[in-house]
Amino acid sequence: MKRLALTRSPWLKAALKSRWPQFIAAALLLAGFLFVIVSGLLGTPVGSRNFGIIAVWILWWALLILAAVPLAGRGWCAVCPIPLAGDWLQRGALLGPSGRPPRGLNRRLPKALRNIWLQNGVFTLMALFSAVILTNPRVTALALAGMLAAAIGLSAVYERRAFCRAVCPVGGFIGLYAQAAPLELRVADTAVCAACASKACYNGSESGYGCPWGVFPAGLARNSTCGLCLECLRACPKDNIALNLRPFGGDLEKPAARLDEAFKAFLMLGAALAYAAILLGPWGGLKAAALAVGSPAWLAYAAAFLFICFGLLPGLFWLAVRLGQVFAAPRRRTARRSDFALAASALVPLGLMFWAAFSLSFVFANAVYVLNVFSDPLGWGWDLFGAAGLAWQPLLTSWGLPLQIGALVVGAFWAARVARRAAAQGGFHALPVTGYAFGLTLAMMGLLL
Amino acid sequence: MTLALASVALAVILIPAPAAAAPLERFFRVGAGQYAFTPASLRANPGDTITIELHSTDVTHGLYVDGYDVSAEAQPGQPAALTFIASRAGVFRLRCSVTCGTLHPFMLGRLVVGPNWTLARAAALAGLAVLAAPLTLRKAAE
Ligand code: SF4
Ligand code: SF4
Ligand SMILES: [Cu+2]
Repeated sequence: MKRLALTRSPWLKAALKSRWPQFIAAALLLAGFLFVIVSGLLGTPVGSRNFGIIAVWILWWALLILAAVPLAGRGWCAVCPIPLAGDWLQRGALLGPSGRPPRGLNRRLPKALRNIWLQNGVFTLMALFSAVILTNPRVTALALAGMLAAAIGLSAVYERRAFCRAVCPVGGFIGLYAQAAPLELRVADTAVCAACASKACYNGSESGYGCPWGVFPAGLARNSTCGLCLECLRACPKDNIALNLRPFGGDLEKPAARLDEAFKAFLMLGAALAYAAILLGPWGGLKAAALAVGSPAWLAYAAAFLFICFGLLPGLFWLAVRLGQVFAAPRRRTARRSDFALAASALVPLGLMFWAAFSLSFVFANAVYVLNVFSDPLGWGWDLFGAAGLAWQPLLTSWGLPLQIGALVVGAFWAARVARRAAAQGGFHALPVTGYAFGLTLAMMGLLL
Repeated sequence: MTLALASVALAVILIPAPAAAAPLERFFRVGAGQYAFTPASLRANPGDTITIELHSTDVTHGLYVDGYDVSAEAQPGQPAALTFIASRAGVFRLRCSVTCGTLHPFMLGRLVVGPNWTLARAAALAGLAVLAAPLTLRKAAE
């Protein structure tokens, strides 16, 4: 499969090696992040008029799921403001390595946390309260402040970026879907790494920090665990790190089989279906139940959500994979237990496209609010550039539907391709898994159209 | 094979739905309460003259019809009406157009003008895409 090394351009490489562009972006985003918290706490409690709600759940979310993740994978993680303070705490420096030993307790991340199960848990928790988080500025502010506090606290106890690797609920699905992106960081030549004594990419050197994500770049086969922070590019004395353009879905050509990621995929599919039903569906009772946290109706909703994500979707999928194993050509029939997680790689592009379709349905309809809140960020009657009073008007209404259909069709197509690849790699027939993806696509179409 | 699939896909997109019956005057009484319209789905035929009378049951709500760019606002106890000719066929979202509470942006309904083939077309396209997927792989392997 073809790769185009962006780092071959000396100009681009110098720009990537410099810490300034990344630092400036992250610092500006941190300022924005803090302002979101402030506006969430002090601004208007009306969600659609609050800067925090609109900046995060319309603007950031749209850019993340419709552009950053599909095109640049973990590109967001490269400039994310949340770990900035913790990094500084550990390193005692904002830009290049200071040469001093790292501060804080600097413990190794326990083995039990070197996976995304905890991230799945945190995401589930947030998903159960999502109707409130999405619409209540105070709650959004508290959730974001909590993430910031957790990132700082963990950086004082554990080495490297423990929050990003093990806790961040956003990072979990970005990592999963980053496998579909046409951008990757890899070593140029693994033989050079094998002969390299310093392993500066992992251990750090005076020119770069050791991988904050605890990754040894020579072992990278997938995007999920690499935060694209580019420190290894700066640290490597052999100039052996490359940032490559590649075809979409590069990591799914040889899919991996990880159960934690498989369940992340179910969780994301279940959440997309659930939100499509709750937020975009006509059922007022469902909306009320999702909002009434703690009430019996909400408990029923939470139970249904958990059942769909952790019972129904994986259960049906298990059946599909089992069927595929039974129908496999006898000479290839191996029926390995890893087939389940392997086949779940087909759900990566499917889920990404579900989220794209879901997001398209509300992002453009509510885009005018972005102009409103930037003009009057605290809802205090300001009008910074004359857009505060702009009347609400949905945008792109005639394009919304075709775009959503297009996204879902691409998702089904892509899932079918990955299912074939996974089936060839494991020992099962692809048809039942493809049928599962097609069935879910129909369900999502039914909810969205 | 690829060509055949592509032409079927094109047909799926382009085949017109059958022409509808003679235009009627249609009246809908739509209730609006946080955060749903009742009924949430309205049906009409192309050419029909549609009147929607909006009754709010709690706070002020609005009703905006995507694609037609018409709207009305109703306060509790003060119904409001809007009338328009359903000149365009298709599925159009109804949206609350007055900030009415936390889930206001998601207070939605829909208007279906003419036979609704959107879902069937979309499903057929997805089916064709799934069928086409293995072909693209074999080609890549060759
Ligand atoms: S420092 Fe460079 S050459 Fe050495 S192991 Fe790391 S990437 Fe490979
Ligand atoms: S592998 Fe390199 S770019 Fe990726 S997280 Fe580690 S240091 Fe950063
Ligand atoms: Cu309303």
